[in-house]
Amino acid sequence: MTIAGGAYIALIFVLVLGGAIPLGLYIARILQGEVRFLAPVEHGVYAVCGVDPAREMRWQDYVVALLLLSVIHLVLLYAILRLQEYLPFNPQHIGPMSPRLAFNTAASFTTNTNWQSYAPEAQISNGAQMFGLAVHMFISAAAGIAVAGAVMRAFTSSGLQTLGNFYVDLTRITLYLLLPFTIVAALLLVWSGSPQTFAPFATAHTIFGSVQKIAVGPVALQEAIKEFGTNGGGFFNANSAHPFENPTIWTNILENWLLLVIGFALPVAFGRMVGRPRQGYALYGAMAIILIAGCIGAYAAESHANPLHVAAGISAAPGNMEGKEVRFGIAASTTFNVSATGTSTGAVNSFTDSYMPLAGAVPLFMMELGEVTPGGVGSGFYTIIVFALLSVFVAGLMVGRTPEYLGKKVQAREIKLAMLSVLILTVFILVGGGFSLITTSGLASLANAGPHGLSEMLYAWTSATENNGSAMAGISADTPLLDYGLGTAMLFGRFAFMIPVIAIAGSLAAKPKLPDSSGTFPTDGALFVALLIGVIIILGGLQFLPAMTLGPLAEHFALFAGKTY
Amino acid sequence: MTQHAETIALFDRAILARAARDAVMKLNPRLLMRNPVIFVTEIVALLTTAVGIESVVRGQGGAFALTIAVWLWLTVLFATFAEAVAEGRGRARAESLRRARTDTMAKLVLDPREPQMWKPTPALDLRKGDLVLVETSDLIPSDGEIVQGIASVNESAITGESAPVIRESGGDRSAVTGGTQVVSDWIVVRITAEQGSTFLDRMIALVEGAERRKTPNEIALDILLAGLTIIFLVAVVTLVPFGDYSHAALRVPVLAALLVCLIPTTIGGLLSAIGIAGMDRLIRFNVIATSGRAVEAAGDVDALLLDKTGTITFGNRMAAGLYPVPGVQERELAEMAALSSLGDDTPEGRSILAFVRDRFGITATAPEGATVVPFSANTRLSGLDAPGIHVRKGAVDSVLSAISLSSAPQAFTDAVSRVARAGSTPLAVSAGNRLLGVLELKDIVKPDIKERFAALRRMGIRTVMVTGDNRITANAIAAEAGVDDVIAEATPQDKLAYIRKVQAEGRLVAMCGDGTNDAPALAQADVGVAMQSGTQAAREAGNMIDLDSDPTKLIEIVEIGKQLLITRGALTTFSIANDISKYFAILPAIFLAAYPGLGALNIMQLASPESAILSAVIFNAIIIVALVPLALRGIKFRAIGAGALLRRNLLIYGLGGIAAPFAGIKAIDLVLHSFHIFS
Amino acid sequence: MIRELRPALSLVVFFTIAMGFFLPAVFTEVAQVIFPFQARGSLITQNGQVVGSAVIGQNFTGPDWFVARPSSLTGTDAKGAAVATPYDASESGASNLAPSSAALLAAVKQRVAAWHNTYGQRPVPADAATSSGSGLDPDISLANARAQAPVVAAARHLPADRVVALVNTMAYLPALGFIGMPNVNVLRLNLALAQMKAGTNSVSSK
Repeated sequence: MTIAGGAYIALIFVLVLGGAIPLGLYIARILQGEVRFLAPVEHGVYAVCGVDPAREMRWQDYVVALLLLSVIHLVLLYAILRLQEYLPFNPQHIGPMSPRLAFNTAASFTTNTNWQSYAPEAQISNGAQMFGLAVHMFISAAAGIAVAGAVMRAFTSSGLQTLGNFYVDLTRITLYLLLPFTIVAALLLVWSGSPQTFAPFATAHTIFGSVQKIAVGPVALQEAIKEFGTNGGGFFNANSAHPFENPTIWTNILENWLLLVIGFALPVAFGRMVGRPRQGYALYGAMAIILIAGCIGAYAAESHANPLHVAAGISAAPGNMEGKEVRFGIAASTTFNVSATGTSTGAVNSFTDSYMPLAGAVPLFMMELGEVTPGGVGSGFYTIIVFALLSVFVAGLMVGRTPEYLGKKVQAREIKLAMLSVLILTVFILVGGGFSLITTSGLASLANAGPHGLSEMLYAWTSATENNGSAMAGISADTPLLDYGLGTAMLFGRFAFMIPVIAIAGSLAAKPKLPDSSGTFPTDGALFVALLIGVIIILGGLQFLPAMTLGPLAEHFALFAGKTY
Repeated sequence: MTQHAETIALFDRAILARAARDAVMKLNPRLLMRNPVIFVTEIVALLTTAVGIESVVRGQGGAFALTIAVWLWLTVLFATFAEAVAEGRGRARAESLRRARTDTMAKLVLDPREPQMWKPTPALDLRKGDLVLVETSDLIPSDGEIVQGIASVNESAITGESAPVIRESGGDRSAVTGGTQVVSDWIVVRITAEQGSTFLDRMIALVEGAERRKTPNEIALDILLAGLTIIFLVAVVTLVPFGDYSHAALRVPVLAALLVCLIPTTIGGLLSAIGIAGMDRLIRFNVIATSGRAVEAAGDVDALLLDKTGTITFGNRMAAGLYPVPGVQERELAEMAALSSLGDDTPEGRSILAFVRDRFGITATAPEGATVVPFSANTRLSGLDAPGIHVRKGAVDSVLSAISLSSAPQAFTDAVSRVARAGSTPLAVSAGNRLLGVLELKDIVKPDIKERFAALRRMGIRTVMVTGDNRITANAIAAEAGVDDVIAEATPQDKLAYIRKVQAEGRLVAMCGDGTNDAPALAQADVGVAMQSGTQAAREAGNMIDLDSDPTKLIEIVEIGKQLLITRGALTTFSIANDISKYFAILPAIFLAAYPGLGALNIMQLASPESAILSAVIFNAIIIVALVPLALRGIKFRAIGAGALLRRNLLIYGLGGIAAPFAGIKAIDLVLHSFHIFS
Repeated sequence: MIRELRPALSLVVFFTIAMGFFLPAVFTEVAQVIFPFQARGSLITQNGQVVGSAVIGQNFTGPDWFVARPSSLTGTDAKGAAVATPYDASESGASNLAPSSAALLAAVKQRVAAWHNTYGQRPVPADAATSSGSGLDPDISLANARAQAPVVAAARHLPADRVVALVNTMAYLPALGFIGMPNVNVLRLNLALAQMKAGTNSVSSK
């Protein structure tokens, strides 16, 4: 670890946490319908699409609208991927994806996961990336934030049956939040060296007499929304390690900022919407503390060079460089990957598969915590609300009252739905991961043997279920087992989590909002932050500890004892 | 306080013996299903036993598996035992109640006009609406309402109070309870409860826990615990393939131990005991709740509606000052006031005599041939007539008109209004036709009440004083007692309206009352405490009955409700926090063979993998028993504000929950090691 | 359900057209106008021929070039067998070998041995013995470049201090001392190196 590395991590968090505040206030204004600078466009969209913007939806309507739109979009993407050879913008004449890979990819992008079982350069056309994947990057992100907005409204209203209008939220978030920031960020990326072209691969004749084919494409725009919407689906196989996706340390800072900032802005928006900023900052604080601890931990583990490699003769400084880019170094690499797993981005600028065991355990653990630090756009917010409700419930009893959060009583129905959503994640990760490890097909997918192989499989199922999309990328995921299995995990991890959450929102919205008293357990102070962190770790993470012991922990002790696999 | 508030020792030997027997009976899986955590533990214990026996039969050892199995069974037993002890204590209380319910013969009256014509009928055959005659030394056969007569009734069977109380038809004192005894006169009672659902029956059922339904919070907590159990079940079962991949042979007893240590057995085992104990605590306090839900609601109360009289003030006004008109000596006024009160046997009257004696050393004696002029509603004054002496005291305008004084001196009217503004009652005193001055009768606020209200405020509870007094008087007393709000000149409708208003803001309200006209408000309130001395209507409307008829107890009822919730929350936190150390004990132990390096995680330095696992399981089992006293006694509620309370409890039960098992498991391991058991 | 069908379907179609066609088409036009060099892939041309992308690494080997980092990219040959295709920019990716991987340790040992052979017996800069994340890393660490400089100079008959000076002038040094790592772009460095060789009038006289 170096001071420079620490300073870099500090810089990222100063920029992110600072930027999240004004952005959060802006998002609150969007969700409350106060941002109107594209009002004519907005109303044009409603008119064309048959949306009645004045209509308020009950939670059941909200779910139906969300599911229907997602299913339609999933089917559309599946069709695009299967038919890409007949569609425009396919300069490399790439053929159709196999049905199972197309299913996996369609599920992946519909759920904001962006798990990629395909190699982009070889298996997907520019066109399919643009009007297939990139559109999902906008819409799945906007859908997540819309649900977060619906959850926020549950706490602002008292005895109301409705949560807002899904289509309106979706449209406004896309127009006023995602679009402007994406365009500006994409321009900065082009300026820094990210291509934006429809030309076919370039051919270079090198000065040492060989020929190099260089894949290019409309990279910059997709890269911007990929990070800002916590999507993570790389235009290239190497994702944000690819020099075209992430050309300099400055673009790395920009991308790291983009992928974190909405996640931290949403609790700020929440504080504004409920009229109690400190409530929002408590969530923001809990998210930040876990993420910063993760970043520091991963950096510490990764700046310790592989002892076997040092023994073989490589320099111990700056640390483990396998799978990393020189322009980023250790701190910028680990911070990016931890940020991208703390959010559900899943982008990587270095390869987690080659991380030191404990450093690689951090991204895995960030996902296992349920993607709340700060989590995917929207999903991170509503997931931490689930944890906040559980925290309030467990500890709130300790002050001698029926627990309440922001004036809403937390009762059996909320606890049932919250436990259901937590349970779904656990089941898919552990059953999927465990089952895959005892099948021939699953074992054949592993790139590494020994405990690291277990980590790879656990990582894959965790990433899919938590809708992250990153991978310990050595795993060969384009198999029937993993294409269908992970695709299903992604769909359940997204929708089987989201629906109970919207139901909780509906239930809370209908409850009367109780005024605070000194008997109310305060949810805006350091005590609550500490408690929330404890509950996230104990309820979100501890059930994975036995499996983690057999993966990263076992590998760590084996490696430092000189054992290889 | 009362006879069945007798303290039942925390571990009464008879109760324990019965509880031990019941604990075994409760192992019946069908009964245990109600408790998912312990049910899973039982299944796992069964499985481990089977595996252990199989190993023994096959001659492959099995000692370890059977040892684990024994401790798993003990875990289940300890949990059922905790519940049985709590029920046992309730049952002991019920026994003392049951003694009051005897199979008496009732005197069934066929024609109310001829109450003496009755037919002997077993009390158990009485129906609702039947009329019975109860005469001196008869037991009242069932709950009912007096329709004729007046009698003094010994209610000690219910209240423990041995002094008989007067019950009469009509008014607010017409309700009688089955099992109480008429000590003089006779009454005709209309039976208001079917047999088996009388007040006494309900009380017995409640304390025995037979009718125990889960309360809303308990249901929510159960869901959380069931959810955690499933999550850990998934985590442990899926460890089989993960272990298989890692060439770590995971045997059933080891997985069973891990699962049982991770699922929240501590709170799962104690949850129902906590609930029963909460109800029991209330009963020990001489308050009967008609449901556990009511006890829980008491903890949630945001506003207390308290009757001024008897709760906030002593309930009777007392002499507190004398203000003579110019030209009259204060001493003369004092003497005359005392004389006027000689025949006045009300508390006010007695207080005047006491006041004069204390302040002026005057002990008034009735002159020869004195006759008392009693207070009447018409004259609104009282006094004493003796040769040459005509003293009167009473309402100011009554006295003035009695002595035909059209305009009182300025000093007098000033004194009157000053006294009234201060919330006291001014009485005028006259002798003959002379107006002597003003006597101040003051409502004395109980000495410690202000601090108690401040404590309530720190708990987030608003106090509301309800009084029939006028606004001025009410506000003055309210300020002195430190209540948050006042309902002055309150009618029953006002109370009801106030409760509805507060509830509309989402708050919970508690109140107490005794009269029939309180019934709607009692029913509307979230916690309605009816006085045992009150009417049947009031008792039906409330969801708690205070056997001591002491309205002050509302405050303690709230504290008992909070204590129940706190105990539940604290033990849940403790139970969940325990998991961390158990991971450190068990995980290195079970994977050590596959990955020797994981021994580094054995930070407790436990002797061997077997002893580590066994120590964790033993700790997990005995912590349940160790916490039974805490569960039964409850965790003390402190009125220090929610934030401070949470910090305190989180520190003790959260951090303590993380730390305690480290020490406990290590200690058990040391013991095992010293006896060379699996180490 | 039926009620939601029209808005849901219409919004999907609308966004696909707006964000999938209209937005990238317009944005690409704008980017091509504002940043024509970068938008086309930062392609460097010499004598009218593309020699590479400024941001994509190339497989420089041998003592007379500054050598790029190991690249773990693989392709398939005509028979379908896996072959190493380092710095093939039509693909990208990492080795994904675990820190506990025996294969990785063997590869590292082999690279260390080769490096020691060429550049002498001393600790090998970490980036020189490990493969990059993209397989296309355009940079090497400054320490690595400096270690290579004397050997490159010798192979090219250039004075060592001039090559070192070239490395130093082309180096990226962390802004504010902590933003990024000290490194050199290998293609640009080697292009400059080639220029130096061409300008013999000023170099070879020494």
